[in-house]
Amino acid sequence: MKFISPRALRELGVLGMNSRNVNYIARSNPRRLFPLVDNKLMTKRIAEEHGLNVPKLYGVIEIQHEIQDMEKILEGLERFVIKPAQGSGGKGILVISERHEHNFTKSSGAVLSLRDVKRHTSNILSGLYSLGGKPDVAMIEDMIIFDPILSHFSYEGVPDIRVIVYRGFPVMAMIRCATHASDGKANLHQGAVGVGLDIETGQSVCAVQKNVKVSKHPDTGYGFEDLHLPHWEQLLLLACGCYEMTGLGYFGADIVLDKTRGPMILELNARPGLAIQIANQAGLAKRLKSIDRLPSHSLLPEERVATSRQMFGRQPSMF
Amino acid sequence: MSSRMQIALVAGILIAIGLGLTLYKRFELGFPLLPGERQNVWTLESKVTFNPTGGPVEISMALPEPRAGWTLLDEHFASSGFGFSIEESADGSRQAKWTRQSLNRPATLYYKLQTYRADEFGLGASPVPEIVPPELTDDRRAAMGRVVAKLRERSSSPVSFSAQLLQQVANDNMDQDTAFLFAGHEHNHLAVIMEVLAYAGIPAQRVKGVFLEDGRRRQQISTLLEVFDNGRWHLFNPQNAQPGLPDNFFIWSRGDRFILDVIGGSSSQLEFALVKNSLPVKTVLSMEQQAGDKLMLDFSIYALPVEQQGMFKGLLLIPVGALVVVLLRVIVGIRTSGTFMPILIALGFIQTTLLTGLLIFLIVVGAGLWIRSYLSHLNLLLVSRITAVVILVILIMATLSIVSYKLGFNQALSVTFLPTIILSWTIERMSILWEEDGPREVLIQGGGSLLAAVLAYLAMTVELVEHLTFNFPELMISLMGVVLLLGKYTGYRLSELYRFRYLRKDWQ
Repeated sequence: MKFISPRALRELGVLGMNSRNVNYIARSNPRRLFPLVDNKLMTKRIAEEHGLNVPKLYGVIEIQHEIQDMEKILEGLERFVIKPAQGSGGKGILVISERHEHNFTKSSGAVLSLRDVKRHTSNILSGLYSLGGKPDVAMIEDMIIFDPILSHFSYEGVPDIRVIVYRGFPVMAMIRCATHASDGKANLHQGAVGVGLDIETGQSVCAVQKNVKVSKHPDTGYGFEDLHLPHWEQLLLLACGCYEMTGLGYFGADIVLDKTRGPMILELNARPGLAIQIANQAGLAKRLKSIDRLPSHSLLPEERVATSRQMFGRQPSMF
Repeated sequence: MSSRMQIALVAGILIAIGLGLTLYKRFELGFPLLPGERQNVWTLESKVTFNPTGGPVEISMALPEPRAGWTLLDEHFASSGFGFSIEESADGSRQAKWTRQSLNRPATLYYKLQTYRADEFGLGASPVPEIVPPELTDDRRAAMGRVVAKLRERSSSPVSFSAQLLQQVANDNMDQDTAFLFAGHEHNHLAVIMEVLAYAGIPAQRVKGVFLEDGRRRQQISTLLEVFDNGRWHLFNPQNAQPGLPDNFFIWSRGDRFILDVIGGSSSQLEFALVKNSLPVKTVLSMEQQAGDKLMLDFSIYALPVEQQGMFKGLLLIPVGALVVVLLRVIVGIRTSGTFMPILIALGFIQTTLLTGLLIFLIVVGAGLWIRSYLSHLNLLLVSRITAVVILVILIMATLSIVSYKLGFNQALSVTFLPTIILSWTIERMSILWEEDGPREVLIQGGGSLLAAVLAYLAMTVELVEHLTFNFPELMISLMGVVLLLGKYTGYRLSELYRFRYLRKDWQ
C-alpha cells in the first residue's frame, strides 16, 4: 500500500475532512442555512427569486395521492427529470430523454412504463433516496440538453461543473464526466472522471478516474487536454451569485451547461467533497487561506471573480 | 481562534477534574487503580411474609452478627408502613423490630445485607448451655438408654459419639432402638438428636444460617449442630454428618434462640434471595470502611442497590466504546454505517461473546438482506418496510435460536442480546446501499462497522477498563474533555494519507 506523508499533504496545502468540517463548514455555514441547499426545491425557488439561471420546474409531487394524477403533469413533456428534493449523491434521479405515449426511455436506453415511473416517484416520496429516510417530495423539471462541446467528454450522462466558492470567491473548479462505469452518473466515487479546471480560463488541468490520472475519456476516447469550457466568465459569476443568495461561506455549486440557456445551477452543496483536489492536483487549504488573507471587502460578484481568476489562474497543465 | 481557546480551556478543566477526583479517591479513599485479587461478595435479601390475624402486629427478627470470618458490609431494611427499630441486647446481639397497630392484608418485610468472608476461622467460644435432661416416656427412655450405651461403647469422646450418631441418622443405617427413637420424627431428626445428646450429658446447640448459592431464590434457613467437648465447640452438618463449618454457610445465629418471632400474624415465612458479586479485594475493604464512616465523600457506584450496579457496569462502558468509534472515525477515517451502531453491536457482543456474536450478526444480517431484497420490489412506505424488517429480524432470531437449540448449540440462544432495532436499521441501510452503490460499498461500510464494533468490544472487555470505569466513574469527565479536544482535531485522517496518495510528486 502506498501512502503520502502528512507533511507532504500539508506542503501541498491539501484540505482534510476534519479541517473542512471544523475550520470551514462549521465556521462559515450557519446551521439554519443548510435547509436552503439540502432541499433542491427551496434552492430552485430562491435562485429564481434572485434571477439566477436554473432548469425549469414543471411540477412538484408532495403526497402519494398525487401520483395517481401524475400523467397530467407529464402531459406533453417529451423529456424530463424526476428527482427527490432532498436526495444525496445523485441518488433517485430519473432522466427520461424520450417518450412514446406511455413508454419512457431513460438516457441509458432502458424503457420504462408509466407504472415504473410512478413507482419511482412513490419511492422518492417515501424517503428512499433522502438522507436518513425522511419523507421527501419529487420534483419534475426540464431535462438539460448539454452543450455539444461537452458531448465528447461524457457518456450517457450530463457532465456537471463543480465550483467551490469560499466567502464569495470561486476557489477551485472541476467538471465531472459520466462514464459507462459510473452508470451515466457524474459521481466520482462511482467511476466518473473528474477534470480539474483552471480558474482563469476554464481550461482542463488534469483528469482523474478513481483517484488515478487518465488522459482520455475511457468510453469516448477523446483526450481531456482539449477540454475547454465555454461561457466561463458567466459560469463563475453564476456560482458566485449563490453566495449572496444563500449566505453560505463555503459551498460547492453544481452547474450544468445547457445548449441554449447556458450555465444553470443544478444544486448547491454545503458539504462539498474533497476529491476536487485530486482532479486539480492542487490543495484547497492553500487557496482558502489566501482568501482569508484578503482585506475585508464588499466586492461585487464581478470583482470577486476577477480577483480569483487573477489569484488562482494559470495552473500548469498536468497532461 | 477564541472558540479553539475555549475548547482547550474547557477540555483542560474537565480532564483535570476527572483526574483530580480519581487521584483523590486513589490516595485519600484508598480505591485501587488496578484490578487486584477478587473477593466474592454475597448479597442476601431476606424476605419475611406473614398473614395478619388482626390486632397489633409485632415482628422481631434476630440479625446476624459477624462470625467465623464473615464480615458485614452493608444493611438495608424495607418495611413501609411499619414502625421500625433495632434493639441491641447486653450480649451484643441485635434484633430488628417491626411494629404496627393493625394490618388487614398479608405483608412482606425486607432485610438486605452484603457480606463476604474475610478470614476463615472457626466459631470460637460461646457460653455452654445447661443440659436439660429430656422428658421421656418409659419405652423411649429404655431405648434411649440402650442407644447411648451402644454409642459410648463405640466412641472415645463426646465428639466421636456425636459423629457416630449423626452418621447413623444421615446414612439411614440405624439399628432397631435408634430407628424406634426416630420413628415419627422424620421431619425433625435434629430434635431427637439433641435429646440423645442431652440424655448422654453432652452439651449441644443449634447453629442457624443460610447455605449460599448464587442466583438462588426462596432459600430457607438451615441448621447445623454444635457439640461441646474438651473445652471447644465442634460443628456438624446433620444432613450429611460432615464435621466442620461448610464454606458456603453464612451463620445467622448461634444457640437455641428464634430467628423470627411474629406476634399477631400467622403462616410467617423467612426466605432468602442470594446473589454473588466478584469484586476486587481492596474495593471491598474500602466499602467496609464506608459502611462505618458514611460521612466520607463517595462517588462510588457501590452505593447503589445490586441490580442497578449491574446496569451501570454496562452503561459506564459505553463512553469507552464511543471513544473508540470517535477515534476510528476522526483519526483513522473508517466509515461505519450509523454513527454509534458499532457500540450497540459491541454491547451485544459482550453478552454473546465475540465469535458467537459475530457469527449470529452475519447470519441475521445476511438472511435479512436476502429477504429484504424481495421487500424492495413491493414499493412499501418506509415505516411499514422498516417494521416488516424488524419483524423479520425477530423471526430470524427465533428460528436461529430454535434450530440451534435443537441441534444442541446453546450459544445461539444469546442472539436475543443483539439489539433488534439496530439490526433492522443495519439491514435497511445496507440494503439501500447495495441497490444504490453496489455490494462493494456494503462490504466497506459493513466491514467498517463490524471492525469498529469488534475494536470497541475489545476495548470494553479489557479488565483494567472495566475496573476503572466502574470504580472511577469520574474518569468519564476526563473522557469528555478528550472527546471535546478530538472534536477540534483538524489534522489529516489516516485514510486520507491513502486517498490522496497520488498527489505525491514522485508517483505522478
